[in-house]
Amino acid sequence: MEVTTTWYLVLSAVLFSLGAFGLLVRRNPLVMFMCVELMLNAVNISFVAFSRSLQDLAGQTAVFFVLVVAAAEVVVGLSIVVSLLRRNPSATVDDFAEMKG
Amino acid sequence: MVDVIVFIISASVILGGAIGVIFNPNPVHAALSLIATFFGVAILFVLQEVHFLALVQVVVYGGAVVVLFLFVIMLLGVEEIERFDEEPIEGQRIAALGGSLILLGVILAGLFLSGPGGEDGAVAITGQAAQMVPLTNETDVVQLANDLFTRHVFAFEATGLLLTIATVGAVVLVKNRGAEDLVVDEPGTSVR
Repeated sequence: MEVTTTWYLVLSAVLFSLGAFGLLVRRNPLVMFMCVELMLNAVNISFVAFSRSLQDLAGQTAVFFVLVVAAAEVVVGLSIVVSLLRRNPSATVDDFAEMKG
Repeated sequence: MVDVIVFIISASVILGGAIGVIFNPNPVHAALSLIATFFGVAILFVLQEVHFLALVQVVVYGGAVVVLFLFVIMLLGVEEIERFDEEPIEGQRIAALGGSLILLGVILAGLFLSGPGGEDGAVAITGQAAQMVPLTNETDVVQLANDLFTRHVFAFEATGLLLTIATVGAVVLVKNRGAEDLVVDEPGTSVR
């Protein structure tokens, strides 16, 4: 028995769906951010698996850029969450509807 | 045989961590479960002999990102337990479960209907790569560096700019504009 690309892709699909489920179910904005990170990691797994199976370096380069952009996204997203939660520490995402208008 | 065992262990660590993130009511515990997932992904990278990305995965994700999450949770003191027994929108959880199962089914269908390993399906969906960068016998750091600093040098510079903008933006967003900002608003009251 050997670990094939399909194993990695199935794991990636399950992890992506779990992240999507958590993003839809949880109401704490910080935990929702963590679920976005789960989905990004799922995509990274399949990028690397394809890079190995197709013998193409482009997948690894893509993972590098995903890492950088994810770091920038976390910084900006968390600062938005900080400025929102400072007003009301027990806020859930439902309360952020007051941002409109 | 060894790689099968390593894969199964790290896959269960990854999925266990993911389930921990979703079902832990306490955000601190969720962040700690997230570390398990990141480490499992790093082990999978090592298993595929992509050592540099495994290192970066641990340093950037397991280090910086999770520390940032924990820092924000502790700074704001929002480590309160989320209540799972109340459902704000009726039927939302069932709909979310159904939606993510459909998503999983679509991905798996695309994977298994497309041939072994998913390579054929990937090529069918995205088309043949315009310019393939074949792997060589050099270490992956050398290959990645050669690719980054020759073919992707403009994108690399752009990510540097992006990180600078993100840092400045974070400072601007979080900067305290005066004492009245610290007043805790009641939910529903007007916000500037």
